[in-house]
Amino acid sequence: MSNAPVDHGRRRFLTIATSVVGGVGAIGAAVPFIASWNPSERAKQAGAAVSADISKLEDGQLIRVEWRGRPVWIVKRTEEMLAQLADTENRLRDPGSEEPQQPGYAQNRHRSIKPEIFVAVGICTHLGCSPTYLPSDFAAQVEGIRSGFFCPCHGSRFDMAGRVFQNVPAPSNLVIPPYMFIDDNTVLIGEDEGAV
Amino acid sequence: MFKNLMSWIEYRLPFTDKMNLHVMQYPAPKNFNFWYFFGSLAMLVLVNQIVTGIWLTMNYEPSAEGAFASIEYIMRDVEYGWLLRYMHSTGASAFFVVVYLHMLRGMMYGSYQKPRELLWIFGMLIFLVLMAEAFMGYMLPWGQMSFWGAQVIISIFGVIPFIGDDLTLWIRGDYVISGATLNRFFALHVIALPLVLVILVFLHIMALHEVGSNNPDGIEIKRDNDGTVEQTDADKKFTFHQYFTRGGKKIIVDAIPFHPYYTVKDLVGVAGFLLVFAFVIFFVPEGGGFFLEPPNFEIANPMKTPDHIAPVWYFTPFYAILRAIPDPLLGAIAMFAAIIALALLPWIDRGKVRSVRYRCELHRWNLVMFCISFVVLGVLGVLPATPTYALLSQIFSFTYFAFFGLLWLYSKNEKTKPLPVRLT
Repeated sequence: MSNAPVDHGRRRFLTIATSVVGGVGAIGAAVPFIASWNPSERAKQAGAAVSADISKLEDGQLIRVEWRGRPVWIVKRTEEMLAQLADTENRLRDPGSEEPQQPGYAQNRHRSIKPEIFVAVGICTHLGCSPTYLPSDFAAQVEGIRSGFFCPCHGSRFDMAGRVFQNVPAPSNLVIPPYMFIDDNTVLIGEDEGAV
Repeated sequence: MFKNLMSWIEYRLPFTDKMNLHVMQYPAPKNFNFWYFFGSLAMLVLVNQIVTGIWLTMNYEPSAEGAFASIEYIMRDVEYGWLLRYMHSTGASAFFVVVYLHMLRGMMYGSYQKPRELLWIFGMLIFLVLMAEAFMGYMLPWGQMSFWGAQVIISIFGVIPFIGDDLTLWIRGDYVISGATLNRFFALHVIALPLVLVILVFLHIMALHEVGSNNPDGIEIKRDNDGTVEQTDADKKFTFHQYFTRGGKKIIVDAIPFHPYYTVKDLVGVAGFLLVFAFVIFFVPEGGGFFLEPPNFEIANPMKTPDHIAPVWYFTPFYAILRAIPDPLLGAIAMFAAIIALALLPWIDRGKVRSVRYRCELHRWNLVMFCISFVVLGVLGVLPATPTYALLSQIFSFTYFAFFGLLWLYSKNEKTKPLPVRLT
């Protein structure tokens, strides 16, 4: 054992260098543990786009398609429903769809590509419940409006374009997923080939 | 021979000394009332949860396809499976009953005050981990309420600006709650969180034994050995571990050894608790729909939301606060603040007198108001969100937080009653 005097500078340098290298190692070792919580390849595959046949959809009818495990509604709105969209606007939180809850091609009054075909994720923007479609009994929820969506969990209300009413828990309009029409009778949900 | 073996061990691991320090010669105030049952009862329930939990994993299948059916299998086909499961599910509710009463005891007698702040913090950490543990456990049966309850709770993280969506995706491990979520919650529920819980309970007790138990009078049993307080003949009857007298600097008054006095007393508490516990298990295992909610007897269905989603009763006070505020982000902040406020009690309360017995009248009524707010919020949290109930939730959320604000204000220059010299 040598009796050389303690070199504090060297000792400090070695302490810091060891801590830094050890810290980097610890962060590196944490990566696989954290990353393994991300969706797996299988989950990503299952989250791919789905197509729906709308040739048999009748006026006012709603069908549900499962996309990424969430219910996606496709509604064929009647002329009356479309006409009512103008009547609700003074009672809505975001009538012009300013919030980015939809792709650019759905930022209009009917919030859709084709006015009559409404496509939306059927999950309330408050805490994730699925609202109920009330095609003719909505007046009990909002005076003078015949059809809309009502969330049974916390009482949020949406009009026939999925726009949220004022004074309900849901903060924003229903989400419109990316979608496109492959032909007149087929909608592809989850993919829009980069259309804006 | 046996004696030799014992001394061989003792030399290498001072077992007798540690037992004396923490059990046989541990001084506890002589005036504990029934409120002091709930600490030992919480440990009893923890043991119950661990043992029944291990047995349940022997037949439970953690997958979206098999979970629900495996619970039915346990309930119908496994011998005494129903009992093990009901002991576990009732135990979860019992855990929160005793923990809430244990916390109320601490609030009544000022057990969080100096020098017991760290003890209180460990307790609050246990409470947080317990809530996570209970939430994840409730998901495992994969019923409708398991699924939709998890949906609501996980989406609370989604309100965090910027990272919210990515965070919820990471927590779920899928675009929706799925088998991936179930499996990771299972791993956390049966391995990670119980380990954390046991470590925290150990730290909680170590911190307790360092500063000693508080008591209903809120005065210390370890006094400076400077002649201001004399030991009575009764005090001199007992031998306490020399660690507690700090080499003669302290004297111990009005204390009794933890064993046999409080081990025996706690046994009475255990008997009383088990009577109620067994009654629930055998006669009302679903707790009237509050321990096991009716929609949970239906398998999870992502396409169908139950008409009314309410969390299990022990979350409802905080859930009511979450719902009371229309903005989701502010609601989530308020909900967490409701828990953080409790954890900060040692610093919010600026009083020097601990027990409600000797504090001002206002403090007594403030505490009553807090308890009422907590219970009413708990009731509101299971009810559907109508405008009337929403208004009530807002009012009682306000009174819940008002407790802390008022306490901070009046505790600075509080008019207290004179403290007794000795325990009463």
